[in-house]
Amino acid sequence: MATSVRVGHNMTGAQMCPEETKRLLHAADLFPPDVGFDETAIQQLREMESEVQDSIGSVPIPGSVKGAVKTSFNKLLGKNPEVLIDKIAERLAFERTGVRLYDALLAKTRALVPVDSPQLSLFQQFRQEELDHFHLLADALEYLGADPTAQTPSADLAGVSAQGIVKILTDPRTNLSQCLNAILIAELADNAGWDLLAQLAEQAGQMDMARDFTQAGDEEKNHLTQIQHLLQMELAADLS
Amino acid sequence: MHDLKGIFDNQGTPLEKQRFTWREMAGKPISKLDDDAFTRVRIILLNGIEQDALRLKHYGARFNRELQLPLARIRRVEQHQMTAVNWLISADHSPLETTIAYEQVATEVTASVAQNEPDPYQAQTYRFGLLEDFDHLYRYAAMLDRLEGKDANNILQGYTDIIPARPTSEHHRAPEDDLRESYQKSKAALMTKINAALVTAAEYQTHDYYMNIGPTLSDPLARQLYAEIASVEEQHVTQYGSLMDPDESFMEKWLIHEAMEVYVYHCCAQQESNPRLRQMWERFLDYELGQLNLACELFKTHERRDPAEVLASEDLPTLQFKSHRDFVRKVLQEEKDLRTVGASFVDKTEESEASLLYRHHLHEGYSPASAVSGNYQWAPGTELSRKIA
Repeated sequence: MATSVRVGHNMTGAQMCPEETKRLLHAADLFPPDVGFDETAIQQLREMESEVQDSIGSVPIPGSVKGAVKTSFNKLLGKNPEVLIDKIAERLAFERTGVRLYDALLAKTRALVPVDSPQLSLFQQFRQEELDHFHLLADALEYLGADPTAQTPSADLAGVSAQGIVKILTDPRTNLSQCLNAILIAELADNAGWDLLAQLAEQAGQMDMARDFTQAGDEEKNHLTQIQHLLQMELAADLS
Repeated sequence: MHDLKGIFDNQGTPLEKQRFTWREMAGKPISKLDDDAFTRVRIILLNGIEQDALRLKHYGARFNRELQLPLARIRRVEQHQMTAVNWLISADHSPLETTIAYEQVATEVTASVAQNEPDPYQAQTYRFGLLEDFDHLYRYAAMLDRLEGKDANNILQGYTDIIPARPTSEHHRAPEDDLRESYQKSKAALMTKINAALVTAAEYQTHDYYMNIGPTLSDPLARQLYAEIASVEEQHVTQYGSLMDPDESFMEKWLIHEAMEVYVYHCCAQQESNPRLRQMWERFLDYELGQLNLACELFKTHERRDPAEVLASEDLPTLQFKSHRDFVRKVLQEEKDLRTVGASFVDKTEESEASLLYRHHLHEGYSPASAVSGNYQWAPGTELSRKIA
């Protein structure tokens, strides 16, 4: 079972094999680079391809605002309603994944702390709040006539960016502080995301929605504070 | 070292006792950080061999109705062996880090094979291919550094040099220049037959891995680099596959493959530093012996011949899982400028027109492998540490 980090026979560093490293460096000098290209070729290609490649995908046309109704939809949310819909869908995807992140964190915590540990009930509460936020966002999308089951571009990218966090939390070899560190990344992004979303809703004239989003953001601020605190405590205990 | 003379006396584990549970197959992985790089090399090689064992038997089954059931039974075990082996790779390896490990396999295993190979022409072919995989390692190391900000030596652990070899941009040849002369089944040593089956299996796996991994990367140059090197790996499968005698029957090839599996598991078990994995290699060695014996029985029944006609009795040199730095460097200095015309190895000035034209069209003046490695020189802790210093 993985608890705190330990000293061991880590083989990755150059100092673990000084003789071989010396020979490697000698070889690198003996056989220098054979291509004189500009080393920024990778950057140049990224720039060039960004100009010519298509986008990740699109925001679907809301089912209930097709045709004649689309005019009122535009008035409701400003000139580009898909911007707000995409960002709400992004938060929805993130919160839905967040529930699964806390599922994984709960399993990890159960393996490492006593069953009556306050951490377990706290993570259970956070999991529930992530779930509530997911439903809140699904309701918001439905209110706007958008499909809460669609994966918009930003929702897709939220999934891409969460891949590493999912891997860390579900890896049986990671310890609690490593997992808290991973979920801290999620909570930091989540906090900034809710603030942004409340501002966008307000700008689109959706005041009730903005209020709900601000309230959800306040709950997420609590998640962030508590996770930061727990991580500090965990590392302090490991250090002492 | 290992002598296959005793194989026919050693029955190994009977097929019906070669069983698995999901927990065994998807058990504890190795540590990317703490296990020896050659433990990972052995895992990747064995995975490739099991994959090829499945592949060969599937093709055999397409041409042999009577063999379909016994082949299906053996394949089921091999599928689970392969899972148990491949699932040893831990999830913290990025696809590009695993790629570095694949090229370490290609470099160090091919170097050992080239030194063990008794047939001079076949040995020359291994040395020729070795310099290309060795160069792929350098190009991918540059990609890992410049894309993920990681040091390839964290994976290689100082055993393998990270330097340019025969440039990847010059590996692209016309198909007629990738075919080699095969050994003759009646004259070739068992080591020669085993080596060809072994290296072909490893290269096939590398090709398939790159074809799966390439599109999962988002960076345009990384996608191009995998496309370019996967194409060369297909050439390598063509090259090494053609070393085997096409006049061998399916059952002869099957016997050689099973003998090769016995040989490799034996060498892995001998040299494994991780006790848990050594146990696994020993268990699978017994499984392979059981599978070889079954194949021998079927050979006697269907071809009415003695398996010893195919598996000539001889001592086999050990496949050495260790750094072959000095050998690789010598080959690099002496054979970097070799190219091919048909099945012959020639100086680069004499390279075939067909290959030059083929390459010219592919590149249009641009090779991703060259683009990624412009001015790249390995330094401990990535090239960024060199620049700061």
